[in-house]
Amino acid sequence: MEKPYEIVIGLEVHVQLLTRSKLFCGCSTEFGAPPNTQTCPVCIGMPGVLPVMNRHAFELALKTACALNCEIAPFTKWDRKNYYYPDLPKNYQISQYDLPFSRNGYLEIRSPEAEGGRRRIGIIRVHLEEDAGKSMHDEKAGRADSRIDLNRAGTPLLEIVTRPDLRSPTEAKVFLQELKLLLNYLGVSDCNMQEGSLRVDANINIRVNTPDGPVPTPIVEVKNMNSFRAVERALAYEAERQYQEFLQTGKRLGEVPKQTRGWDDEAEVTRPQRTKEESSDYRYFPEPDLVPVVVTEAEIARIRASLGELPAALRERLERSYGLTAYDSDVLVSQGRPVVDYFEVLAQRCGEGKLAANWVQQEVLRYLNEKQVGIESFPIPAERLAELLAMIRERTLDTRRGREVFARMLTTGETATEALAALGFVDVSDEEIHALCRKLIAENPKTVADVKAGKIKAVGGLVGQAKKINPHVDPAKVREVCLRLIGELA
Amino acid sequence: MDITDLTACELIAQLEQRQLSSSEIVDAFLYRIKHLDSRLGAFLHVDEEQARRRAAEVDRRRQAGEKVGPLAGLPIAIKDNICTCDQKTTCASKILANFQPPFDATIVRRIREADGIIVGKTNLDEFGMGGSNELSAFGPVRNPWDPDRVPGGSSGGAAAALAAGMVPLSVGSDTGGSIRQPAALCGVTGLKPTYGRVSRFGLVAYASSLDQIGPLGRTAEDVALLLEVLAGHDPRDSTSVPGGVPPYRQLLNNRPEGIRLGLLVDQLGQGVDEEITQAISEAAKVFERLGMPVIEIGLPHHHLAVACYYIIATSEASSNLARYDGVHFGYRTDERAMEEELAQERRLWAEKGLAALPEEPDPPIVRLYRKSRAEGFGPEVKRRIMLGTYALSAGYYEAYYLQAAKVRRLIRADYDQAFSQVAALIGPVTPTPAFRLGEKIQDPLAMYLFDAFTVGANLAGICALALPCGQTRSGLPIGLQLQGPPFAEHVLLQLAYWFQKETDWHRRRPPLTALDRIAAGRGDTP
Repeated sequence: MEKPYEIVIGLEVHVQLLTRSKLFCGCSTEFGAPPNTQTCPVCIGMPGVLPVMNRHAFELALKTACALNCEIAPFTKWDRKNYYYPDLPKNYQISQYDLPFSRNGYLEIRSPEAEGGRRRIGIIRVHLEEDAGKSMHDEKAGRADSRIDLNRAGTPLLEIVTRPDLRSPTEAKVFLQELKLLLNYLGVSDCNMQEGSLRVDANINIRVNTPDGPVPTPIVEVKNMNSFRAVERALAYEAERQYQEFLQTGKRLGEVPKQTRGWDDEAEVTRPQRTKEESSDYRYFPEPDLVPVVVTEAEIARIRASLGELPAALRERLERSYGLTAYDSDVLVSQGRPVVDYFEVLAQRCGEGKLAANWVQQEVLRYLNEKQVGIESFPIPAERLAELLAMIRERTLDTRRGREVFARMLTTGETATEALAALGFVDVSDEEIHALCRKLIAENPKTVADVKAGKIKAVGGLVGQAKKINPHVDPAKVREVCLRLIGELA
Repeated sequence: MDITDLTACELIAQLEQRQLSSSEIVDAFLYRIKHLDSRLGAFLHVDEEQARRRAAEVDRRRQAGEKVGPLAGLPIAIKDNICTCDQKTTCASKILANFQPPFDATIVRRIREADGIIVGKTNLDEFGMGGSNELSAFGPVRNPWDPDRVPGGSSGGAAAALAAGMVPLSVGSDTGGSIRQPAALCGVTGLKPTYGRVSRFGLVAYASSLDQIGPLGRTAEDVALLLEVLAGHDPRDSTSVPGGVPPYRQLLNNRPEGIRLGLLVDQLGQGVDEEITQAISEAAKVFERLGMPVIEIGLPHHHLAVACYYIIATSEASSNLARYDGVHFGYRTDERAMEEELAQERRLWAEKGLAALPEEPDPPIVRLYRKSRAEGFGPEVKRRIMLGTYALSAGYYEAYYLQAAKVRRLIRADYDQAFSQVAALIGPVTPTPAFRLGEKIQDPLAMYLFDAFTVGANLAGICALALPCGQTRSGLPIGLQLQGPPFAEHVLLQLAYWFQKETDWHRRRPPLTALDRIAAGRGDTP
């Protein structure tokens, strides 16, 4: 059955850049310091101060825009966005209005819903601005009291505005995941939504299929989504809400003013937010305290060259070079570059990409998740793990024993060979196994008869006896050899 | 010898010859401040104790044969819109009446490093917005030449303090003529440097793209001395220009010969006081005698300058002054009274609604902003904030701000064209000499038009200098304006220096009778 409507979503993403100091002064940007300790006359907007641009922040912004395939403006300027708010000490924000430093880019995402599994999401513009402080509303002793923390005021913030190219809440989530990954790879942001270093607002409406063709509903801006999951759920809720409202009222795009709604994560609904009347006119004008920024072709070329291998290209290379599936490459790349580097050493040394990918995904990541640490804290260097995987690959060690050796390597720091010896595992040759199997078949005609009669499971008895005689044998191999020999008897 | 009659450079010569000590000099000027300023109103704060202590310290170092900076322990006054970490910086506004900056402006640091002694902070029109110094929240400044008249503004205190011999050097700021115009009305020399020549860090912004700090002195040589200390790149002001600072004082010896000057004839004659027209024409002849041909020249778009200025300046001001909202620093309305008022209004609203109140009471934060600003700002500041807010509003931006920005480029192009023909422009600073206190206070437009000849240099970002070139029959100083291309301060200073070698207008002091009237407290307007 055809869907009753199509969803149209555009995102506005704010990302804090990973600079040590703020955009227009030397204060630290570290999260979590006591309120108002990371401030100076410049970021608290004292009379007489002037902003000075942090060149490093601008470089990170350029890097991001290049990675988002944007056009970089050779000349860009700053503007003042004027509005009154207690956490904005100057009562204007230094931002970029009509000449953002970059525009017209895209980010390619892997979308299960799109044809060919991929979709390019257009980027309208990327611009740099300063963040505001934080207001904390304290309602103790029956008297509302507001406190202001200006530690965040002046932190470099990148605003990324997408085209309304996203077609489902899931796609919006995938886009955000891909964007976050890209920013992580670029080293420009840690994208921590809890700490507010990544914030998302969405514009959404639907096109309802009617006998007269698709009818667009009024656009709603959705705010207050504090996780990617919240984005997905809020947008899914909002699309359905708009559909129901359309069925009831028939209101279409342009017939009502744009509405802002906030997502209530607990109630799982969006609710209308009071829009600030005065916020409608920001009285933008060029910031006279800062000189325009000129970006040369050479600078852009240098930045582009410094981007390194980005997630999309990396996934493709892993698939191509190591024969990985799209799923495997996605899992690895999503873990960040250090895990991919680990994987690559492992795959090259052990000689089999798929095996290396399985071990990283199952054993290595399990350890990292359990211990809540990064790959840099993983106790087994890739070279040592490769030695173990090579044994498994060459079948001198079975997977089950391999895991035991792995477990010992994790705790002792031994090499695979050392751990193997310590565990008393001795390599058993094919000839020995064959001899053992022949002996057991000769001694257990009942079992052999059962197996021949189709009770394959009966072979387990032989495997059990083999292990008693020689604990070092690989049970899987014994089973395999016994079955083959019994088969040959017939 | 009266110490306070000497120029800064003459005082330095005396110091170097050990004829005088910094302490003697500082004492002499402080004595003068004490006797005159309660009536003149040039200073908002004076720090006698610190000035004496620092003078003694400079004397000790000089005695010990240690290096002493170029300002040699001379007293200097700083306009009170420039931040000092040891004295309040009020901008002559109630809203900053108790503002004590935690930092020094870059130029204040430079003055201290050059061994200048900051004796006090001078009065101004609130936030630099005005041309008469009547618009200070702490009372007007009077003109030392005639205490019934204004000293000009907004650096009225800076110019009056110099003219009255209360300091040998002072620092002002110039957004639309605020150094040159009071310098002209008070008979001293004042320079508005090229935009970017002097760091603005620590200057409380009025209109950021026009504001520039500059020196005032009695002579071009004194101004050159102080400019050398003030000028230079500052990493904390990205609009300040990189590169070195010319040795302005040393360059004065080069007599500018054979260069051509342009006389701004449109600024003479109609609408301009006859005595001023006469004095400027005489000044032109002085330059010709010095071997510099003077040609008549025009600035075709100059008639648009005042309109252009009052859109750009007020637009920027509306944003720059947004931070004075009662939340972070500065004046805050009486919160308890405000809350009571609000509670009462809310009761009325709940009971009778529109019948009792024109609209629903605003939220407390909005009320706090409104009341703090309404009570803290003076009427002229409010007028300019409203003008600027209007000019930047959606739907008006294109017609006002954007249009003004275009006109500004035409004005700059006019200057560029003129400077392709002449090395500097000469003309008047003001259309009339100092007017009486109260004369224009009810007529803002007349006050704005008084800036007609000075705002052009700020819009174009060029340098301009005012120096005395005559006196009216009633004994009021007349100012000559020299305007030069960007970074031609040395040319303007040379012209002024050689002009002052040929003339003695800069040597004239306010008549003793006027100063006596000031000291005796008979300076009130009848």
